[in-house]
Amino acid sequence: MSIDTAPGASANALDATSRVATRRDILHRLLMTLGPILAALIIAGCILLAVGVDPLAYYGYVLEKGLFSPLGIQQTLTRMAPLLFLAAGLIVAFRAGMWNLGGDGQFLLGAVMAAASAPVLVQVMPAWLALICAFLISMVVAMAWSLLPALLRAYQGVNEIITTLMMTFLGTSLANVLVKLVFRDPGTTVPQTRTLPVEDRLPRLFDTTITSGLVLGLAAIIIVHLVMTRTAFGLKLRIVGANPRAAVHAGLGVPGLTVAVFAISAGLAGLAGAVDIIGVQGNVRADWNPAYGLAVIPAVFLARMNGFAAIGFVFLLSVLSIGGESAARRLGVPNHFTLVLVSIVLIVLALAEYVDHRYNQSRKA
Amino acid sequence: MSSLSSPLADKRDIVALEGVTKRFPGIVANDGIDLSIRPGEVHVLLGENGAGKSTLIGMLSGLQQPDEGRILVDGKPTPITSPRHALALGIGTVFQHMMLVPTLTVAENLLLGGPWWQRPRTEELEARVAEITRSLGISVKLHAKVSELSLGEQQQVEILRAMVRNSRLLILDESTSMLTPKGIEELGALMRRLVGQGLAIVFITHKLKEAAAFGDRISVLKLGRKVGEIPPERFRTLGEQEIISEIVELMFGKQKDDPEAAERPTRTVRADAAPLLQVADLAVAPTENAPGLSSISFDIRPGEILGVAGIDGNGQKQLAEALAGQRAATGGSVRLEGAAIEALSVGERRQRGLRYLTDDRLGEGTVGTFPVSINFFLKQVGASPFWRGGVEQRAEIDRRAAQLVREYDVRTPSLKTPVARLSGGNIQKVLLARELAEGARAVIFNKPTYGLDLANTLASRQRIRDTAARGLAVLLISTDLEELLSMCDRIAVIANGSLVGTVANADDARTKVGRLMIGLAA
Repeated sequence: MSIDTAPGASANALDATSRVATRRDILHRLLMTLGPILAALIIAGCILLAVGVDPLAYYGYVLEKGLFSPLGIQQTLTRMAPLLFLAAGLIVAFRAGMWNLGGDGQFLLGAVMAAASAPVLVQVMPAWLALICAFLISMVVAMAWSLLPALLRAYQGVNEIITTLMMTFLGTSLANVLVKLVFRDPGTTVPQTRTLPVEDRLPRLFDTTITSGLVLGLAAIIIVHLVMTRTAFGLKLRIVGANPRAAVHAGLGVPGLTVAVFAISAGLAGLAGAVDIIGVQGNVRADWNPAYGLAVIPAVFLARMNGFAAIGFVFLLSVLSIGGESAARRLGVPNHFTLVLVSIVLIVLALAEYVDHRYNQSRKA
Repeated sequence: MSSLSSPLADKRDIVALEGVTKRFPGIVANDGIDLSIRPGEVHVLLGENGAGKSTLIGMLSGLQQPDEGRILVDGKPTPITSPRHALALGIGTVFQHMMLVPTLTVAENLLLGGPWWQRPRTEELEARVAEITRSLGISVKLHAKVSELSLGEQQQVEILRAMVRNSRLLILDESTSMLTPKGIEELGALMRRLVGQGLAIVFITHKLKEAAAFGDRISVLKLGRKVGEIPPERFRTLGEQEIISEIVELMFGKQKDDPEAAERPTRTVRADAAPLLQVADLAVAPTENAPGLSSISFDIRPGEILGVAGIDGNGQKQLAEALAGQRAATGGSVRLEGAAIEALSVGERRQRGLRYLTDDRLGEGTVGTFPVSINFFLKQVGASPFWRGGVEQRAEIDRRAAQLVREYDVRTPSLKTPVARLSGGNIQKVLLARELAEGARAVIFNKPTYGLDLANTLASRQRIRDTAARGLAVLLISTDLEELLSMCDRIAVIANGSLVGTVANADDARTKVGRLMIGLAA
């Protein structure tokens, strides 16, 4: 039996020393996050060299177009809006131990419903009310799309990774079908929905091109973070995620919470689709699928499902994707190189984690 | 235990353990175990679940390393560093669960583990197998797929695999648990032939009959300690019944070093008081890996401790879970203070004052990564004053948690420490604080001292006595008969999911309970 170290009475005194330890902990975590990113940039640079592209030029373009040029930074911040909603949805699901990988299907269905409803609704009611209604419709449809995996997981224990991925394929196709057959704008030759007039879209922030969806996205992710860390509901979800058997033992209604998690996660993904359409795109073209849902997953993992850290990583992801698109055009690198870069970051990060763990183990022993 | 005092290894031992101790977080799995394993002997290891048999096997087969003590192979201290190393030393293990690849043939399974750069030596294998099977009088279909074989045949293949690799010591871990009675008989005969050829066998079981029928030497493990051994000389002089009764004595009998053995409950329960917890005809359907319950009935009066004795795995956990509401009952009624609660949820039953202290402290009792403070309130999430309008009141939680830490003497570096970092005894104190704090009326304790050290065991028992003294009804489920005898007013015995008898804790309770446990009438 292990020997107890400190009597309970001195718990307060020890809290002070633990605060110092927390600070060191944060520093360590920062190092463990930024170090691998730097290493990943170097490795990706080597790959660029191998395909005959100057990595410095590539990174230069990425930074210039994604971060330092006025237009670029505005695009980057605009791109963040849907990504933040998606990240918020993933944080809820992942913290509750449920791997909702169906974000893209839920996102697209949300987007299509927003594109279908908003142009019609603005004609019959005030614009602000129409937009709220469009948001709600998107959210409800995306929630409904998650119901099947949710029920299967809650009552039959079917692995949600597989079901949500399958539903995302179906959802993507359904969104396409809806655009081509049901909501197609008769006035155009390209298959796409009717377009929401620019003046009816979400207002832009100040004198920039940045959408006010960014503010909504930031609000969503911060609210999600606070709910998960500060409320009874969030704690219940975290208990389910950290130890489902303890949740049963403590008398939590695990099936009901499971369905709720899926609904919230999918609803936020649907809102992401709506905010992209109502704020930026205005319509949905057939076969449009930006695949934001999958791109956000690594960012959420890098942030360790912390809302505030996720904002930072979503920003980084936006810079990379906006900057990467233009750098790709100019240097002839495939557009998807951004994803290669992100995946290298993830792999290096996992390796660093492993090495760190082994180091800690050996130091203890 | 110091390894100096251990008896010196005999020259005849091919493997000997000296004072081997293995600890896991919160639990001492093996505590100073001495064991000698000799060629030509079936050494039976007896013990209940959690007695430390699997850990011992893990160390012999190279999966785990002892924390203290040493293992001698052929008289030389030899750390067994890996399963491969164990095989090289001639120690072959047949695990409880089959370790064959079902889609491959028997021959292919036997050839697995050979050097990857060589072609499998099929002819050589066939000759070797033919030689071994002939001498043992068994037949093995080398070209049949493993999935087509019966469990008994698969086991023969596993034994054969150990023989092909020139094992001198064969460890059979709960090998009879999945066999038919005929299969068990055949395995017994095979074991006798194997030791006839000079092999040493370690045979793990918790069935007394098999131990008496197939063994040469018996060691009994209890809660990580070796509580007794019957050497071959004595074994041969005793009849089967005598051996079984001696084992029962070792497994359930008085321990010399139990400081509470002499103690007796002195509380008096008012016989005319209305029962606080009444259970009638409670039934639970059996599942794949757990027995069901049938017609469980008992009453507990305020201030009374009712013990539930029995060999582990006879439905104790199911009983506790059905009472707490975690497991669906198929029939029967549960009344708390006269009100039926069998239709209520876990949370509602707790609200009424029914508390369940689980035996699985880290598995379901706590969330290991969460701080100590939150774990105190895991069953009250959302309740005021710790949450107001659904928002966490951290100051309130910390204040009450600090109070509980003091009151229950939880030794923790801070309230924020993840609860899994505490020792088993302190985790238990967190659970005790959670279940016994305000509002408790009837408490179910499931193996409350399992895996705790002496100080924490005594402290936990005192808490339970205090609980009853406060006028609560206590159901104490334990596999430690000593504990039940020292604490309970009455002891019920559970076997195969039903209560086979209830005994008042008087002078002859020990024998009565012991007889009920092995299926004899009290």
